[in-house]
Amino acid sequence: MSAWLEVQGLGKRFGESGRPVLENVSFSVDRGEFLALIGPSGCGKSTLLHIVAGLSRSTTGTVRLNGVPVESPRREMMFVFQQYSKSIFPWKTVLDNVLLGIRYQPDAGSRVAMERRARDQLELVGLAEFADYRPYQLSGGMQQRVAIARALVRRPDILLMDEPFSALDAMMRADLQDLLRRLWRELGLTVVFVTHDLDEALYLAQRVLVLSAGPGRIARTVPVPLPEARGQVETRSDPVYLDLRSELFRAMTGSTREVHPA
Amino acid sequence: MSRAIAGWLARSRLSGFGLILLLLCGWQLSALYLVDSPTWPPVTRVIEAWVEHLLDGSLLQHILATLWRQMLGYGLAVVLGAALGLAMGYYRALFNLLEPLVEILRPIPGPAYLPVLVLFVGIGNEMKVVLVLLASLFPVLLNTYSGVRAIDRVQYDTARTLGLTTAQTFRELVLPAASPQILTGMRISLAISLILAILGEMIVSTDGLGYFTLLAQRTFKVPEMYAGIFTLAAFGYLLNRLFLLCEARLIRWHLESSGRV
Repeated sequence: MSAWLEVQGLGKRFGESGRPVLENVSFSVDRGEFLALIGPSGCGKSTLLHIVAGLSRSTTGTVRLNGVPVESPRREMMFVFQQYSKSIFPWKTVLDNVLLGIRYQPDAGSRVAMERRARDQLELVGLAEFADYRPYQLSGGMQQRVAIARALVRRPDILLMDEPFSALDAMMRADLQDLLRRLWRELGLTVVFVTHDLDEALYLAQRVLVLSAGPGRIARTVPVPLPEARGQVETRSDPVYLDLRSELFRAMTGSTREVHPA
Repeated sequence: MSRAIAGWLARSRLSGFGLILLLLCGWQLSALYLVDSPTWPPVTRVIEAWVEHLLDGSLLQHILATLWRQMLGYGLAVVLGAALGLAMGYYRALFNLLEPLVEILRPIPGPAYLPVLVLFVGIGNEMKVVLVLLASLFPVLLNTYSGVRAIDRVQYDTARTLGLTTAQTFRELVLPAASPQILTGMRISLAISLILAILGEMIVSTDGLGYFTLLAQRTFKVPEMYAGIFTLAAFGYLLNRLFLLCEARLIRWHLESSGRV
């Protein structure tokens, strides 16, 4: 199946006469694909992801999932926010945060079934022993794991991730990247991952879209023909990776130069 | 040596209680040896009067009279203020409609409502309850809506992606997120409610701590007057301690995450 999630001619401006943030953005995502969106800060990539998620409205164009226009958040798509400390509610325990993902779903079954399902997700992200902790007792990386568990408990087809690891230190970021790759492969997820870090984009994705700034447009589409079994050391020293990195770097800096002519 | 004392003063809270004891001793000695006036009785005489009125149950009766007036007015203020504050914080249109009115009414000192209330609801219990209610309303209302308005966009977006309805969003997000601020408003109002209850009782009443204290002064029962003030101090102190205890239970997450425990 192709063109499962389809973005067509998307444009966004804030206010009637405001400068356009996004202009004529079109791309599609296949089922099971791992797509990264990168671009310089202010290129509207986060806005784009919010529109895809149905959290924000576009000025022009459409987002379709399975042919149906997306106008508000859909159950098949879960959003993972950059600000995990806000997205995870501090007044709830880790388990209750995950449970919140399903506790109002009429088809989620009994309280016991729900709790088992929530604990399974915590197990999946390596937080089984932390169910009764409060978020502020956990590190940033662990908090973002809770957010991922809460997204997964709803059994989504698609994860929309908005710079989810950018606030973490390097080691934690590497751990979470590997966790995400594993979850993506094991659960057959589709991931749309926004980042400003081209190394992260290359390491994670099968295809990278480069957005230019002012207004945001798709400047390049770069397939990533790296083996699917990736490792922090091997992949990052693979000649293919290094070539792609140079190419992406040029594409990124080229697009910034367009915005700020010297 | 002096460093040891300084260290002890920095660590121990006993010094604060020591100061209170010292002041009471100063009062006692000055009343015995320096000032010979019926307006300045020794502390022991005040305590005597205090114990006497506590034991015969008359003081308890006044305490209860004050307590229920205060709590009824305060309780109504909390319910109304929190409900209206939640709605104002959440619904922008309601905020725009009511906020200017609130800002105009808010600076009016509570006691200024008194003459109006006497005209409209008379001088009975209703007057005191409404007086307490009006004065306690605004801290709860203001803190509640600023608490709700401070909720981050990311948190609302989270609720939306989790498919929560408006009612579920209130329950799972808005109310808990605003609860630290609601409780701050409630604590401010608690102190105000006691002030206004006492004031109402001093204006016109036949019972209550305000009445007891003022009557003692007017009938030159000076030790009783001080005993009334002692009672008020203890009463206010206990209410606040009780409140802090409840607060610590209700929003432990907030106190812990902001490093206040």
